[in-house]
Amino acid sequence: MTANAPVAHPWMANSVPEIKRQMLEAIGASSIEELYQQIPEDHRYRAPLALPPTLSSEQELKRHLLWTLAKNQDCERNLSFLGAGCWQHHVPAICDELYRRTEWLHSVFGSPSSDHGRNQAWFEFASQLGELVGMEFVGLPVYSWGCALGHAARMASRITGRREILVPRLICPERLSVLRNYCEPSAMRGHSAIVEVGFDAATGRLDLADLRAKISERTAVVYIETPSYLGIIEDQGAEIARIAHGKGALFMAGVDPISLGVLAPPADYGADIVVGTTQTLGVHMNCGGGVGGFIATPDEERFAREYNTLNISIGRTNREGEYAFGLSLFHQSSYGMREEGKDWTGNSVYMWAVVNAVYMALLGPQGFRDVGRLILSRCHAAAKRIATLPGVKVRFPSGFFKEFVVDFTATGRTVAEINDALRAKGIFGGKDLSADFPEFGQSALYCVTEIHTPEDIARLHAALAEVLAR
Amino acid sequence: MNTPAILKRRPTYQAARWNEPVIMEMGAPGRRGIHFPPADPDADSLVPPAARRATPPALPELSEPEVFRHYLKLSQMTLGMTGISLFGTCTMKYHSPAAEQAALRPEMQELHPYQHESTLQGALEIIHSLDLILRELSGMDQFVFQAGGGADAAYMNVCVTRGYLAARGELGQRDEIITSIQSHPCSPATAAAGGFKVITLTLDEKGYPSLEQLKAALSPRTAALMINNPDDMGIYNPEIKEWVRLVHEAGALCFYDHANFNGVMGKIRARELGFDSCMFMLHKTFGAPKGGGGPAVGAYGVREHLIPFLPGPIVAKENGAYTLKTGAQSVGKVREFWGNVPQVMKAYAWARAMGAEGIREASDLSVLANNYMDTRLKRIEGLEMSNPHINAWRMEMTRWGLGPLKEQTGVGTFDVQNRMTDYGIDAYWTSHEPWVVPEPFTPEAGEMYGKEDIDAWVDVLAQVCEEARQDPEFVKSAPHNGAVGKLDVSTMDDPAKWATTWRAFKRKWGGA
Repeated sequence: MTANAPVAHPWMANSVPEIKRQMLEAIGASSIEELYQQIPEDHRYRAPLALPPTLSSEQELKRHLLWTLAKNQDCERNLSFLGAGCWQHHVPAICDELYRRTEWLHSVFGSPSSDHGRNQAWFEFASQLGELVGMEFVGLPVYSWGCALGHAARMASRITGRREILVPRLICPERLSVLRNYCEPSAMRGHSAIVEVGFDAATGRLDLADLRAKISERTAVVYIETPSYLGIIEDQGAEIARIAHGKGALFMAGVDPISLGVLAPPADYGADIVVGTTQTLGVHMNCGGGVGGFIATPDEERFAREYNTLNISIGRTNREGEYAFGLSLFHQSSYGMREEGKDWTGNSVYMWAVVNAVYMALLGPQGFRDVGRLILSRCHAAAKRIATLPGVKVRFPSGFFKEFVVDFTATGRTVAEINDALRAKGIFGGKDLSADFPEFGQSALYCVTEIHTPEDIARLHAALAEVLAR
Repeated sequence: MNTPAILKRRPTYQAARWNEPVIMEMGAPGRRGIHFPPADPDADSLVPPAARRATPPALPELSEPEVFRHYLKLSQMTLGMTGISLFGTCTMKYHSPAAEQAALRPEMQELHPYQHESTLQGALEIIHSLDLILRELSGMDQFVFQAGGGADAAYMNVCVTRGYLAARGELGQRDEIITSIQSHPCSPATAAAGGFKVITLTLDEKGYPSLEQLKAALSPRTAALMINNPDDMGIYNPEIKEWVRLVHEAGALCFYDHANFNGVMGKIRARELGFDSCMFMLHKTFGAPKGGGGPAVGAYGVREHLIPFLPGPIVAKENGAYTLKTGAQSVGKVREFWGNVPQVMKAYAWARAMGAEGIREASDLSVLANNYMDTRLKRIEGLEMSNPHINAWRMEMTRWGLGPLKEQTGVGTFDVQNRMTDYGIDAYWTSHEPWVVPEPFTPEAGEMYGKEDIDAWVDVLAQVCEEARQDPEFVKSAPHNGAVGKLDVSTMDDPAKWATTWRAFKRKWGGA
């Protein structure tokens, strides 16, 4: 080969002039350019593409990626207390190892037989999640908890024919923003109004008097979160269910499934629909790219026939005693009915569902209980310790899981200042709540999970003490 | 050049057949898969009594190696891209392990999106760099990556359209979105979900809707056009510039669903065609792995006038540092946080590894490969090409039909699809609904597969068609070499039988 000969690209087998020549000859075309005959010349973009230099050598590409990534500070080398919708948990090694299996990581969809293993893993995702939340019908995941909430709220509107969604004031602002985009604006046909229900100032739980005042025959669904955005465990589920059902509305609970070894499954307190995150089940934060959401309900036609998700059902094959897994209720999706289908369906986070299945199988009933108890122990220990600092208080000091609100208002310092100072010590302080929840003054949402050791908590306490003493 | 006989060999295949139980049937009481450090003895008391779990979840109890081996076996019973996958409309690509390995490092996996900007400079740089690359490929002025897939990006476009109309005082008045029957279902579906009335244009003999149809649909109620081009039958609408001009003249926006970008990369740009916004799928055209359907990214790009309405945050570069900004008129979020950042990095890695020349060549090769396939497929009895009267080279994929084979043998497209998997050929894509061509299939060769692989795919299809003529029942009862036999789909939509969970299965199927 001469130095100037075109070089075949490592990822393109046909990028060899002789092969291109053979293929052109086989089809009877004189050039590849001729094949673009359908595109009018005045549509063509003829300028050279101004892209950065090619890194077709893997060693250069790798170095470039790693050097760029090295500009990040991550939560492994730093001590992070950030949660608020994306949480740092222990990811068991086999979750990562099995995620990397090329067979399913690179799969597109296949058939029930050709991609049987992945489909079975999906069924096992839904089956295990169904046990955690106490529901018989579970769809494959959607993009996020907020998206699950949006689709489920629309589902509730279709089922009830009603157009108001009651949500707690203490909802995650990002989830609320997504929900608004799913239901509003009011100028659009089919919109639903979102009505916020207040909270009890002492406990952070739903204000039932406000709920009773706002619920009506227009209410499609009453939605609560437990643990809530601020970590509060809502223990009035059964009463909220009674209030909702008494007005003919549905009752929906949003949950973090990692809590469900110690917290009651929503089915037990009367939820009709359960939504939540899937990220906490073995998926890394990935800068927010680890999020996923699920929808679960009883296996009743009024619910099942309103799902927009892909659903994987078990069924029989043409071999004696053998089972396989295929799409159920596919036709009601947008793939089957376009604009007449239920919302829309597309690529989602199905690979994470495989990882979720691995995680749930690994933990089992005792593992979920253990991790739940450990999170409770560590987050309460941290809250108690932090509350001993002068001028610092924990706003809702009991009945929380994993996250809690630390109020720094009386210190005279802003959360932003405190977090800047903590960061200099390799600590990422809690999410600043002052913009989204001004009623809490200078407060931060601290997240403490099973990964935080007593030493980590002591280090945070010492660092805060030093920062606040300055 | 004569191809050696060894390369002409038709693939044979036998899937792993582990007869693996459902995990809910496995394990033994008391077995443990994981230990955590001990909790406080009184941890239970930290949960209000009314909120405590009364009975443990009925999850399986397994040791760690049992869980590991179970899922290893399931992965082995997934054909995926191990064989040859020419799954049309999804643009099968090589997924570089170099990019995957980088994504698995803590500097990516263990990032939190609420970290201070100063600690996320690497991630923000990657996002901004891919933004610039996509701007160059499309001519758009800003990209965001929040959408978790192509359909989500289409919904983002619907939300941005609403924001734009609201700012002009036209929300509610402009309440119709126009699309075509050959657009992906996500365009009409997201438009309807966003509260718009959908007008769907049909195809005329040229393979795309007529200008007259478009003109008849346009009115002061028109909010937007959502359209792909080329479509997934391999037809390019040469009047698209005039379409965009007419839609703009009517006061509406034009969204370009670039799902079928692979054949036109570096050849056309959304900007020069006049579009206001466009969407690329990073898990398709840009080489991020599909994972059976995500985590995916719908990269959504807009022209200057739509930037204020974009969901935030947007990554910007100011004074040499990267920062996050959200516009005052932002429509809010379609998904929490800023998107599947690892996938953004993999797409960035793909674009850098390919480079400008590689990207141009990839579209060349994908169009060449498709027309090469067409030439070979035309010689197989029982097949028909879509739009047979249109005598033009197709773009990067072509819709084909097995109608004649079905009439002759009773063997339809799902039978052929199943039988092809017996040879290690990934199940092909049929067609979105409605089926414009009877018994459709849609191969898309892309730039990755070599001529031998493409030949093998066509050889297997020809062989299966021959089998259908010789022994139709054998093809209809396929697969024979798969991980499991052919699924009886009759129970999938039967409320008495469908079961998406083990607990539903136990109730409905009893001891079955």
